[in-house]
Amino acid sequence: MAVAIKVHDLGVELAGRPVLKRLTFEIPEGKIVGLLGPSGAGKTTLIRTVVGRQKITEGGVEIFDLPAGDKKLRADIGYMTQSPAVYPDLSVRENVRYFAAMRNLPKREADAAIRRVELGGQAKQLFATLSGGQKSRVSLAIALLGQPKLLVLDEPTVGVDPVLRRQLWQLFAGLAEQGTTLIISSHVMDEAEHCEELLLIRDGRVLAGGSPAELRARTGSKTVEDSFLKLVESKR
Amino acid sequence: MSFRRALATAARVLRQLRHDPRTLALIFLVPPVLLTILKYVFQDRRQFDAIAPMILGIFPLVMMFIVTSIATLRERTIGTLDRLMTMPLSKLDLIFGYAIAFSLVALVQACVASAVVLGLLGVTVLGGTLPVLIGAVASAFLGTALGLFLSAFAKSEFQAVQFMPAFIFPQLLTCGLFVPREQMARVLQWFADIMPLTYSVDAMKQITLHATWTGTLTRDLVVVTAYGLAVLILGSITIRRQDG
Repeated sequence: MAVAIKVHDLGVELAGRPVLKRLTFEIPEGKIVGLLGPSGAGKTTLIRTVVGRQKITEGGVEIFDLPAGDKKLRADIGYMTQSPAVYPDLSVRENVRYFAAMRNLPKREADAAIRRVELGGQAKQLFATLSGGQKSRVSLAIALLGQPKLLVLDEPTVGVDPVLRRQLWQLFAGLAEQGTTLIISSHVMDEAEHCEELLLIRDGRVLAGGSPAELRARTGSKTVEDSFLKLVESKR
Repeated sequence: MSFRRALATAARVLRQLRHDPRTLALIFLVPPVLLTILKYVFQDRRQFDAIAPMILGIFPLVMMFIVTSIATLRERTIGTLDRLMTMPLSKLDLIFGYAIAFSLVALVQACVASAVVLGLLGVTVLGGTLPVLIGAVASAFLGTALGLFLSAFAKSEFQAVQFMPAFIFPQLLTCGLFVPREQMARVLQWFADIMPLTYSVDAMKQITLHATWTGTLTRDLVVVTAYGLAVLILGSITIRRQDG
């Protein structure tokens, strides 16, 4: 299977402090990969490195065989930041249409993305007046613009009600089936079951990787959360 | 750079302002109100006639400086800049989008202020209204450029607002508004000669005193616009694709 992301010996320092320490892993194309770890583990820094916003201190990150941050990758990556990163003083539609224009896409693509995250009824509402879950869906709609080959979503399901969360995971699964690679970070271990591959990180290092079933089997645990705990203990 | 994306950015910035009618009202109403007050501050009508057109050149710069520095600082703090920088747009699309939007706002502001000053308050400028509007827009462009550039060095909105007195007031004091530049100490004259606001104010002075378009007026406007462009390019360097 083709490799979407290749990370080798990646080290990243923020203000002189090492945040990512010699990370090495590969992510296959067309899979949903869960990036799991407690807050402060380095998930956001890793994500920012993958989308090309964070400078690499050592090692390398290649996406579709190009170095992270390469100009040619910009049209292929959809990025949903952890905080919504949407203009609060614009309506849902004005926001999504603006970002669509920045990706050289027509308005109808923007409107389709809004319907995809079930916000058709709120299209004219000012972003600032939306609920937390609705806000993150606007942010998701922007990331979905242009059907990027790689979707990088930083905690997309935070604050979303359970019914909608299930719908979002169905949406993600559908995208993966069509060949999109998805990296989804979360600090909630329950979400792991929706992912085909997992990458557990802690303190800037890869703790383990593999499918949820593999991880449970390897550690002899019932849940991914237990596997995580056992792996942490075994490293001590 | 793409003209379409720059226009889309300008439209977005203007839409944001439209959702904030109080800010728009302040932008359009503060200059005419202050100028009206100023008219009654001066006992001597000729003094007001000389100073009012110069102030028409200063308002756009000061106000667009503040609005732009806050707007771009917000863009950095709410993360929209972070997101935009992963997309296939040029930094110049963003920067010129801002410049276009705020120049248009400044044009409306200048129309309102000029209507009041030249109409209601009866000030005559020999050069006519059109050059006044051109001068005001050039000065607004410069204000936008300076705001965009300097906001990169502000970590908070408190700091950004303080940049106005820190960077604009020294130019205001030495630009010839309070004391003719020839009467200032040599060092201050040198300072005024290299500062752009001096040329915005001088352009308005030229328009007030001359019925024809003078060579000095062309020079003034070229200096202001070139300064604006240079600072915008510097501003695009402060927006980085990658952190760290």
